Amino acid sequence: MLARTADNLFWLSRYVERAESLARILDVALRLATLPSAYAGTSNEWESAIDTAACREAFYAAYPVANEKNVTAFIIAGETNPTSIRRCIEIARHNARAVRTAITTEVWEILNDAWNHLQKVKLNQMSGQDLTRFLAFVKEVSLRFDGTAYRTMLRTDHYWFQRLGMYIERADNTARLLDVKYHVVLPEPEPVGGGLDYFQWSSLLRSLSALNSYHLIYRESIRPWLVADFLILRPEQPRSLISTYKNLNDVLDLLAERYGRQGPSQRLARSTFAELGNVDTDALFQQGLHEFLVGFLAENNRLGMAISEQYLQ
Amino acid sequence: MPDIFDEMRGLGDEIRPVYREIAEWFEQAPRDLIASRRAEAEAFFRRIGITFAVYGDEQGAERIIPFDILPRVITTGEWVNLSKGLEQRVSAINAFIADCYGPREAVKAGIIPEELVLANPAFRPEMTRIRPAKDIYCHIAGIDIVRTGPDQFHVLEDNARTPSGVSYMLENREAMMRLFPELLGRTKIKPVDQYPEELLATLRSVAPHTAPGEPTVVVLTPGPFNSAYYEHSFLADRMGVELVEGRDLFVRGNVVYMRTTEGPKRVDVIYRRVDDEFIDPLAFRPDSALGVPGLLSAYKARNVTITNAIGTGVADDKAVYSYMPDIVRFFTGKDAMLANVETYRCREPAMLSHVLANIGELVVKEVNGSGGYGMLVGPHATKAQREAFAEKVKANPDNYIAQPTLALSTVPCFVDEGLAPRHVDLRPFVLSGSDKIRIVPGGLTRVALKKGSLVVNSSQGGGTKDTWIVDAGPAGNA
Repeated sequence: MLARTADNLFWLSRYVERAESLARILDVALRLATLPSAYAGTSNEWESAIDTAACREAFYAAYPVANEKNVTAFIIAGETNPTSIRRCIEIARHNARAVRTAITTEVWEILNDAWNHLQKVKLNQMSGQDLTRFLAFVKEVSLRFDGTAYRTMLRTDHYWFQRLGMYIERADNTARLLDVKYHVVLPEPEPVGGGLDYFQWSSLLRSLSALNSYHLIYRESIRPWLVADFLILRPEQPRSLISTYKNLNDVLDLLAERYGRQGPSQRLARSTFAELGNVDTDALFQQGLHEFLVGFLAENNRLGMAISEQYLQ
Repeated sequence: MPDIFDEMRGLGDEIRPVYREIAEWFEQAPRDLIASRRAEAEAFFRRIGITFAVYGDEQGAERIIPFDILPRVITTGEWVNLSKGLEQRVSAINAFIADCYGPREAVKAGIIPEELVLANPAFRPEMTRIRPAKDIYCHIAGIDIVRTGPDQFHVLEDNARTPSGVSYMLENREAMMRLFPELLGRTKIKPVDQYPEELLATLRSVAPHTAPGEPTVVVLTPGPFNSAYYEHSFLADRMGVELVEGRDLFVRGNVVYMRTTEGPKRVDVIYRRVDDEFIDPLAFRPDSALGVPGLLSAYKARNVTITNAIGTGVADDKAVYSYMPDIVRFFTGKDAMLANVETYRCREPAMLSHVLANIGELVVKEVNGSGGYGMLVGPHATKAQREAFAEKVKANPDNYIAQPTLALSTVPCFVDEGLAPRHVDLRPFVLSGSDKIRIVPGGLTRVALKKGSLVVNSSQGGGTKDTWIVDAGPAGNA
């Protein structure tokens, strides 16, 4: 396969995944913003949305205040935001167009339809029902993209590079979400259900479509260390860091087998996976969740670069 | 102007047998059904993303070409004659190009003036030192055909460089199959969807002798911003070969490689959709980012086949066109089966004065123009436009030819007012391999959607129709 094709496939799914994460971030912020401050606390949800979306600098260059109107406008379609939802879908569609031969018609149609839809809706100043409908649409694009690729693409390197991009991006998003909220998942002696924290935790889980599954796994109310355990170490949770690294390892092994060669990507992914397997939650909190996550984000980034060097140029 | 031949109704009002089934179907179909199918057709083309870009158009970055749902029909008998003529013409074109870069017998015999070959802007001196594999230059030709009467077919233009439009031929049929299965079920139409396989067979047949048993073929595109990008990716996809850009290829030791996830892979045949000037920055335009540095040396070393060969444009400009009947006779030993449109060469003083005196009745074209640009349609132009154009012709007569305004045939189309006749042309695609010439029965029918217009180019308001080659009606004649 052409290196450029692999690169396009890798980034195409990263951008779709990112569009979905951005929609989820806005979803959570909207949900928390509707709560009376007695429940939601004094923290500015829109500030933390900007941090989670990793666009603080660009945002404040464009707007003076982080409020619903400004943040939604910026994250959805900000002109100066290089990774707005609109840009993500545009880039994904552009990449897909450049590799039409490498994806199935069905996968192409998902992205082309999404792009056509973007041309029709007014993205500026969305609010109320239009906004929720739009965010649901973005999440649906990602789900359909994922499912359609799964159901229609041949299990060859085309598919595997596409999956690699998705898992790298997903690991990044999960770690980032956790990191922005790390101060609320710090272990505290105070009993759970104290209002503020409860809603922060539950909205974090909800933003990862993990609220119901949390209850299924733990069968108890939300506890901060369990939230961290769930999103970092539980193999059952498809967005947990360990799950994404299990997937990354599997896909990289398939590539190595096909090409008859192991390389730096395989070694890095294996070592991160092994580290995750050795983490224990108590130690995690003692050594500091934030430091752990920062370290993880850097390693994940290194893996992305290693994949790029090994295969995509 | 003489009477216009309508392909459905002939010169009178009687439906020609070959159209009866279709006319009947469309007559019986409820109006709202037709309207909804038309809307579906548009949605179909948008959905699959078969779009083209109009250069210089800021807003409409991606447009679809209007598709008319009423098919254009040609009888098998008409087609057989047409395809024989096409085969003859393209054989002559290939022989002529080989001659231009070789012995120049045609020039020596006085068939064509030497300067039309040597001073032709599309002439590539490099090619006098390069012999393409199997001596084939124009592997893929698109010959534009117009019809003026029941048996009158003329060649309007030869496209010997990188003709496009074949994806529309295939997608138009696909659209018709989806939208009108009941109509297609009633008519036995010759299939076209084998085209990509025929193309691949053609490309493989001209692989260099150094290539392995199964040569590696790629399609070289300028990239997603090119107006025909959809077609490039479509063809690569249907042939199951890689679609590459210049930056995906590199040359080492006079061998062309593509960059893959498993390292460099040798390339044997390049179906390029990049123009000559841009294909190798070391040989031609140094500012080209679309090409592959060193490609020409690999070509010269005969380690790669470039299709179409470099320099085929020498055979398809409009001044050379006017000599085609002589060229065909010279190289095939027979009279051309397909007639040319009568052409006045402004480079000849007697013809120039005739053109200037009759500019109001003529179509005047630049010899190297394409896409319907740089031309004057005399009868449709204002006095001022004619005068301005006449000045340009006088200033540089070599650059122009003129042709009588043809009574191009019409086919009914669905327009806002309902069903109305519109002028059409036809571009069949001719594939020349080392084993044989292949022509898929059909082609791209382009239609001038503006009432009375003769310009069918998509960039100027043209549309397309599906083209059906079918056996004549029960009466046996059409």
